[in-house]
Amino acid sequence: MGLKHIIAVPALFLAGSSLLVLSAPPARPAGGIITGKVTYTGTPPKMHPIDMSKEPYCEKLHNPPDKTQTVVTGPGDTLEYVVVYISAGEKSMPPPTTGERFDQKGCMYIPHILAMQAGQDLKIYTDDPVAHNIHPEPRLNAEWNKSQPPGAPPIDVQWEKPEFIPVKCNIHPWMHGYFAVVATPHYAVTDADGNYKIVGVPPGTYTLTAWQEANSPISKQVTVTSGETKADFSFHVLPYAF
Amino acid sequence: MHDAQPAVHHHTAPEGFIRKYVFSVDHKVIGLQYYGLALVAVFVGMVLSWLMRLHLGWATLAIPGLHLLSSAGAPGNVMTPEYYLSLMTMHGTIMVFFVLTNAPLAGFGNYFLPIQVGAADMAFPRMNMMSFWVTFTAFIVLMLSFFVGDGPPLSGWTAYATLSSVGGASGPGEATGQTFWAISIALFCIGQLLGSLNFISTTLDLRTKGMTLARLPLSTWAWFVTSCIGLLAFADLLPACILLILDRSFGTSFFNPAGMVLNGEVAKYSGGSPLLWQHLFWFFGHPEVYIAIIPAFGIVSHILAASARKPLLGGTRVLIGCMIALAFLSYVVWGHHMFLSGLNPFSAILFSVPTLIITIPATIAVLMWIGTVYGARLRFNTACLFCLGFISVFVSGGISGFFLAQPSIDIYLHATYFVVAHFHFVMAVAAIFGIFAGTYFWMPKMIGRMMNETLGKWHFWLTFVGVYCIFMPMHYLGLAGNVRRYAAFTDNFLVPLIPVHKFITIAALFTGAAQFIFLFNLFYTRFWGPKAPDNPWEATSLEWSTTSPPPFDNFGGRQMVVNHGAYEYGVEGPKDYIMQTDPVKVAGD
Amino acid sequence: MGKAFGAVVSIIALVSAYFIVVHRWWLPVDISTTGPLIDHQFNETMVEAGILFIAAQLILGLFCWQYGDKPGRRVKEFPGGPKPVVAFGVIIVGLEILALSLVGSKAWAAIYMTPAPSDAIHIDVQAEQFAFFFRYPGPDGKFGKIHPELMNDGNGDYFGIDPMNDVAARDDIMVGTLTIPVNKPILLTLHSKDMIHDFYVPELRIQQDILPGLEIPIHFTATKVGRYEIACTQLCGLGHYEMRAFLEVLPQDKFDEWLKEQSGD
Repeated sequence: MGLKHIIAVPALFLAGSSLLVLSAPPARPAGGIITGKVTYTGTPPKMHPIDMSKEPYCEKLHNPPDKTQTVVTGPGDTLEYVVVYISAGEKSMPPPTTGERFDQKGCMYIPHILAMQAGQDLKIYTDDPVAHNIHPEPRLNAEWNKSQPPGAPPIDVQWEKPEFIPVKCNIHPWMHGYFAVVATPHYAVTDADGNYKIVGVPPGTYTLTAWQEANSPISKQVTVTSGETKADFSFHVLPYAF
Repeated sequence: MHDAQPAVHHHTAPEGFIRKYVFSVDHKVIGLQYYGLALVAVFVGMVLSWLMRLHLGWATLAIPGLHLLSSAGAPGNVMTPEYYLSLMTMHGTIMVFFVLTNAPLAGFGNYFLPIQVGAADMAFPRMNMMSFWVTFTAFIVLMLSFFVGDGPPLSGWTAYATLSSVGGASGPGEATGQTFWAISIALFCIGQLLGSLNFISTTLDLRTKGMTLARLPLSTWAWFVTSCIGLLAFADLLPACILLILDRSFGTSFFNPAGMVLNGEVAKYSGGSPLLWQHLFWFFGHPEVYIAIIPAFGIVSHILAASARKPLLGGTRVLIGCMIALAFLSYVVWGHHMFLSGLNPFSAILFSVPTLIITIPATIAVLMWIGTVYGARLRFNTACLFCLGFISVFVSGGISGFFLAQPSIDIYLHATYFVVAHFHFVMAVAAIFGIFAGTYFWMPKMIGRMMNETLGKWHFWLTFVGVYCIFMPMHYLGLAGNVRRYAAFTDNFLVPLIPVHKFITIAALFTGAAQFIFLFNLFYTRFWGPKAPDNPWEATSLEWSTTSPPPFDNFGGRQMVVNHGAYEYGVEGPKDYIMQTDPVKVAGD
Repeated sequence: MGKAFGAVVSIIALVSAYFIVVHRWWLPVDISTTGPLIDHQFNETMVEAGILFIAAQLILGLFCWQYGDKPGRRVKEFPGGPKPVVAFGVIIVGLEILALSLVGSKAWAAIYMTPAPSDAIHIDVQAEQFAFFFRYPGPDGKFGKIHPELMNDGNGDYFGIDPMNDVAARDDIMVGTLTIPVNKPILLTLHSKDMIHDFYVPELRIQQDILPGLEIPIHFTATKVGRYEIACTQLCGLGHYEMRAFLEVLPQDKFDEWLKEQSGD
């Protein structure tokens, strides 16, 4: 073997193993996972079609009309848009440096419920060629009310205190959503099948709370291991949302 | 009233810069201070109107530098709808209060009322000084509202409850800025009340020997009548502003009814009525617009006689009668701003009758002026041109009032640009023309130098044509149903009218630019104008019997004796006029 | 200068009048039973005002043209002095006012001082920052009670009704477009939940402020099928310019169909 080979073999080995390392899946965050399903019992209220006729541009985009989103059900008696979060048992943690995004599109808020940590940056965008007037209605945080005409820059805001803040548009009053501001980085919102998944929870015992906008919240104690912990919730719903 | 003694010298000649020009008790200095305040205010108000008009013509326009005035109101230099409404509110407030009430009444009135009655000063010179500085403070407080809270209020100069009476709960623009507005207006009321007391006392008690009420010039009569109106009107607005502050900041319910849902919860107010604010406001507001125009009536009449070289048709009696009739009637018509407000519909008929009747004295005044022009020997200097222009624009503005006075027609035209056209013609144009006429006529007396006539004529022509280009099309917009106080036009029936708005904006910018000719003329005159003689216009009233400018005690210690009425023009002889102080003619002359 | 003024003011008057005479920008066609009364009043006033406007401006212009400062000419008073002019003003304007008031109050009273016919269709109107919503009583013909504390736009409860506990509320129909049959009297009850708003349909020749704390009735009958705009005309906040709804006037059979569809929802 010549000198070339003596250098080549370790070099190849180094190159190969670093490639392997670089292309390997990222290491799992330390801590356990909480998953679960949120279901309901009882007869859920009928959601009503949203009449957007005052804004013809948006009315055209939702034919047939979208329905109100107060209680959104999924297959198997599940509930969407339920916020599941650790409400007690954790020491406080600074908010992440990444921000959250809230969109106004076709005169609807996307997503309907946006969960974030207190102090985290939030940018609110408008993607519509019609003016919006975004008006969150907090009780603990500072209230504000701003217009966003077409082409307006995004609004940049942070919520300091944990709170479930309803938000509406004054120009399109059917637009309705929530900023679910929680103290913890460990939260999730159920999807269309009622499932949620919270990752990166350090093992320990916590209070886990499920919040649905038309019902009283449900809390339970969970003990999180380094693996997966299951926690399901069930809300009893009433036949009328109003 | 008896012929009063000559005014005792209330003060010796002032010494030192502060006493002479800042905290002066001399009515002439105070008059110029009011005029200067009005000049600053009108340019601020005009710039605001340019910003508004630019936005209305081009709603997505980024106006360079606007974000420096308000980063929240104009992110990326594009005006938000709330900021448009705030600028509109400030425009109206500044113009109605700090320009139209200040300049013709407090400005010229302060300067010339004591002189025209033959006094050495106002009845209460120190109170006069106080009234100016209270007004000045009111202006500062109003300007501060640009920079407090979330900016200036957006409820219009009319500040209707409940938009204005629940604090920030009604949306952006209604937080601290509105409170500053209410404080500013309350202070303004106090300043005006003090001024009214002075004007009335001086007119009644300090007239010189021979100056009977009948011999007073029409400008003095106008200031006197206006001050009487003001006493009651501002005395009503002051408590209204206090009640507004109480509702906003102390939880009272003068204007707020029960059951309002604000920010997602039922508000705790109970027992109030938004209509109460409207009554209180318009009981002041309607007389206020006559406060804005009657001084112009007086000034225009005064200058027209001198320019036409003949007495006014009907003498002073008919025009005085018209002014008094307008003043009286102005107090019983306030409900014509409230035809559709939710009052019992019968009240609309009740209010429309005196509103239509008020047309009569206004028409007679116009007929007297036009009748004065008949057979005249008009000297078409700039002051005269503005008087003639005043007659034309006052007719235009008055005619549109004829429509709005009828409830059945107001159903369609209420809150449209037809109303905007109406009040701009009578106030923004007619009253301002009165101020311009007064300026060109009296500036030689006030600062002792003649204004430049060429610049004056350019100013007149560009302004006269310009204001018609701005405000006549607004009538047409109103006929098409163009709603007012809209920050932008997105409704199907309004979009086709945007080209008209663009035309109006361009006309407004040009006409605004023409005002810099006036400003330049003032500045140029102050420093380089030719010296003015005592009586450049060959006019008759007492201000022309003294130097230009008058000495600190107006007549140099002489007691003026008046032997003639104010408008003896067109007489036979080498001099076609008799001054008020000329000796009585001996029989056989 | 006098001639220039005379010429300019005359041109301005005639050009201004031109745009009116040719109806370049004008009222839309009226679609209500009381519209003709209003339009008649309006046109009368326009003719009278037009004559006064043109006469005044042209006479002013003429006098300015003629009566400049010519040396040697004597000033002269208006023939007859002030008395005939004052009399003219009082009599002519007085007569006009009398005529317009008498006729005009009939038009006003027909809309605002006449009760709605007993067969009028009742529709509730909710005005709020910055939209209008409309409520029909549904098949039971009864409106549910309004509870301000229950108002929730997000889940569609614009009127704060309580269908869980209030049976009359269960079939209330709430929509964003005012849908009505043609040629039928309609009685609106106007409510506001926050600021003063105003209901304005130019084609109907109707306008009415809506006040929080008051329930204000207004009635009309639409005479032409079509789609029209309802605009808010009382400054109510930043979205005032975006506060609108549509008025849909349908033939009777289409309206019945629409109502049935809404009730079944």
